[in-house]
Amino acid sequence: MGSVKVYGPAMSTAVSRVMACLLEKEMPFQLLPIHLPKAQHKSPDFLKLQPFGQVPAFQDGDGTTLFESRAICRYICDKFAGQGNRSLLGREGGGAADRARVDQWVEAEAHSFNPPSSALVFQLVFAPSMRLKQDPAAIRENEAKLRKVLGVYERRLAESRFLAGDEFSLADLCHLPNAHYIVSATDKAELLTSRKNVARWWEEISARPSWKKVLDMRGAPPA
Amino acid sequence: MGSVTVYGPPISTAVSRVLACLLEKDVDFKLVNVDMAKGQHKSPDYLKLQPFGQVPAFQDEHATLFESRAICRYICDKYANRGNQSLFGRNGGGPAERAQVEQWLEAESQSFNPPSSALVFQLAFAPRMGLAQDPAAIELNQAKLAKVLDVYERRLGESRFLAGDEFALADLAHLPNAHYICAAGKDDMFASRKNVARWWEEISTRPSWKKVVDMFSAPPA
Repeated sequence: MGSVKVYGPAMSTAVSRVMACLLEKEMPFQLLPIHLPKAQHKSPDFLKLQPFGQVPAFQDGDGTTLFESRAICRYICDKFAGQGNRSLLGREGGGAADRARVDQWVEAEAHSFNPPSSALVFQLVFAPSMRLKQDPAAIRENEAKLRKVLGVYERRLAESRFLAGDEFSLADLCHLPNAHYIVSATDKAELLTSRKNVARWWEEISARPSWKKVLDMRGAPPA
Repeated sequence: MGSVTVYGPPISTAVSRVLACLLEKDVDFKLVNVDMAKGQHKSPDYLKLQPFGQVPAFQDEHATLFESRAICRYICDKYANRGNQSLFGRNGGGPAERAQVEQWLEAESQSFNPPSSALVFQLAFAPRMGLAQDPAAIELNQAKLAKVLDVYERRLGESRFLAGDEFALADLAHLPNAHYICAAGKDDMFASRKNVARWWEEISTRPSWKKVVDMFSAPPA
């Protein structure tokens, strides 16, 4: 049986989402870089793995090939249910309702947090490093959207230690990549750090050994 | 079986996604309207159900949930033995089969939904809300959606449905946005692509979806 493979650069938010999940599940894996500036993600070989030409792609030791980071994470949690962190998709034995209570916050990340935070990360972190012009209107618009979302999170995290309940879950994990860039690589850290409960939550989830390991695997920040 | 309640207007794309799933699974439900024109979705009572003030919200005797795709997954898991039992891959197919459906559900969520939602708003809802359409937004999102549908065209050349040979949650998730785009006269995006057209014809004529479309014109409860 082959090893678990993740295709894509560790700098990518979506790739690092999968890496964090594998590390939480104590699942060893090989990271196979895909060189985006050389358009390797649009090569015929890569398109066989990921028909949209995006990263990551994922391959299990038994040959299962998958794309979309959140689908890959759900698969990792199901396939490797018995090892590592066993409460990423709800308490063990918690059934469909516990899983759904986590899943609704994974979806909230995907639909409410991800669009504005991704746009800000692109504008403030990646565009400069790719020597692309920033768009001040896009920055303003997405910052305003993200503020609204974090207002909801602030109220939620006053009544709950983590988003889905008392345990760290896949829902919290999914936020790590974009939030990390915003807090550590932009001047917009206060979006998270100025809100008492969000700041507490961010402090706790970003200190997890799995996330620190992802950052180690990344090495230096983007030039 | 306990009582299932869905909150929201049936014409909402996200609400109708949940209704289609409940109908596929033969799960009875009560639909409670939320009058968005009157701001009912931002009322303190509603915000207890859905903290972002969006529709739908969902309740049964075990859980109160939001986000249509999370609700759909829950319905498939909770009511696994009712109605259509292959919405997450074949029964007994295991994590790998489910994951094939999950990746195309995420593709709908991340690639198809953003441009198609924007088009649905511009083409179907802006006019009925008396708002001016934005031709630049229509053009931009049509171009984005065309690229996504090109990927679907290739995929559906090798597979009857997105995740494999059976209609699954991944296909179902596309019904609402695609319906409104076609109803607004932009069905050429689907009709001009042979495999996408075949797939759209097959999924949009399912009895469950026809029932949902009927509910669009029923008076609110």
